[in-house]
Amino acid sequence: MAIKLATIFFSMILVNNYVLVQFLGICPFLGVSKKLDSAFGMSCAVVFVMALATAVTWPIYTFVLVPNDLQYLQTIAYILIIAVLVQLVEIILKKFMPPLYNALGVYLPLITTNCAVLGVTISVIDEGYGFAESLVCAVGAGFGFMLAMVLFAGVRRRLEDAKPPKCFEGLPITLVAASMVSLSFMGFGGIIENIFGAV
Amino acid sequence: MSMVTAIIIVTVIGFIGAAVLVVAAHFMHVEEDERIGQVSSVLPGANCGACGYAGCADYAKAIVGGAPVNKCVPGGENAAKAAAAIMGVEAGDVVKRKAIVACQGSLDHTEDKYVYQGVQSCAACASLYKGSATCEYGCLGYGDCVKACKFDAIIVSNGLARVNPAKCTGCGACEQACPKKVIWIRPESEKPVVMCANHDRGALTRKACTAGCIGCMKCEKNCPEGAIKVTNNVARVDYSKCTGCRICMNQCPVHAITIPKVV
Repeated sequence: MAIKLATIFFSMILVNNYVLVQFLGICPFLGVSKKLDSAFGMSCAVVFVMALATAVTWPIYTFVLVPNDLQYLQTIAYILIIAVLVQLVEIILKKFMPPLYNALGVYLPLITTNCAVLGVTISVIDEGYGFAESLVCAVGAGFGFMLAMVLFAGVRRRLEDAKPPKCFEGLPITLVAASMVSLSFMGFGGIIENIFGAV
Repeated sequence: MSMVTAIIIVTVIGFIGAAVLVVAAHFMHVEEDERIGQVSSVLPGANCGACGYAGCADYAKAIVGGAPVNKCVPGGENAAKAAAAIMGVEAGDVVKRKAIVACQGSLDHTEDKYVYQGVQSCAACASLYKGSATCEYGCLGYGDCVKACKFDAIIVSNGLARVNPAKCTGCGACEQACPKKVIWIRPESEKPVVMCANHDRGALTRKACTAGCIGCMKCEKNCPEGAIKVTNNVARVDYSKCTGCRICMNQCPVHAITIPKVV
């Protein structure tokens, strides 16, 4: 069991990284990765929301929607729950961490529409994970998101000093850099299964 | 039947969510003096830091806490008056201040002593043999001030930074960013400015830049008020004495003295 959980956790970070391999949650990835501090704060909020959302949506799907044969309500119910959770996080941050709240700005409510959060809650159902596995998967996905954000914040810092051709300045060169970071993550394919498969 | 169940379930989830949020909002409510919101709404919101606080929100808090209302440079008189009205105090005077790049060393007047191909930043360039321009006191033109300016008031053209006084708020961010310290923040006035920072002797200045102050003392000798002095090979105006008569301007052989535009 422990090995299976570890496999899920690390493969969500490296092999199936939501941002860099599955291309979910690109909006905050490009929007908030300009500064390391806010990238890190945003990722913490996403980890929190992902874990909480999965912890709430998994029981609701399994114990409410499935017995009533209402699987088709999955998306709409999940969006409702995620929206509530994001609002909750916003209230908590405003109370206890106002500087972070100010730094995140509009991207905090935008977690509501962050497809990575919806993606992780839906994919744990599709994978047929149990509750513990789902939770580990969600936290892993969150940390994967954090890894991508923090790495890319460093890359963008370098980009600021670079002098690309005029037509590449700004977003284009950022996207090119993102694709290269993504390409490097493709290299992790299969590594986790082999490591934990051997144990 | 299943449609009714679906509606009921989604409604119940919605209601539970709403209840959680209401409870959270009630218990986590952040107590704010409502005047803080009012004062922040009259401040410009540029977070330039010219007031000495971390940002507009921080300054608004400080105003409500009793700080003077006339510290906001971009907001000027209007912001001070509005904030004073909210707080019920006197506004006090706000001196308009503008940045000026005290250098005329555009590409027409100076040359490069080496071809700089490094990071496009004045600070980086200045660390390499005091910069690529022949004049080691002047504007390098790589635009550190442009990046620092939050009001889009500075442009670099022809290798020289220029401040648009209509947009400049005098916040001083460019002054901080300039590695050559060639940008000054001065009270807006129609008095002449010596647009040069070169402390070399006249002949050397002349070699470096055809528009630099050569320290010929002609302005000093001709100033009826004794308001202009050449110190360290460059003329400087004493604005407490200057009357703005422009005699120095007309006398200067290199046209290094100009009157900045007033908006």
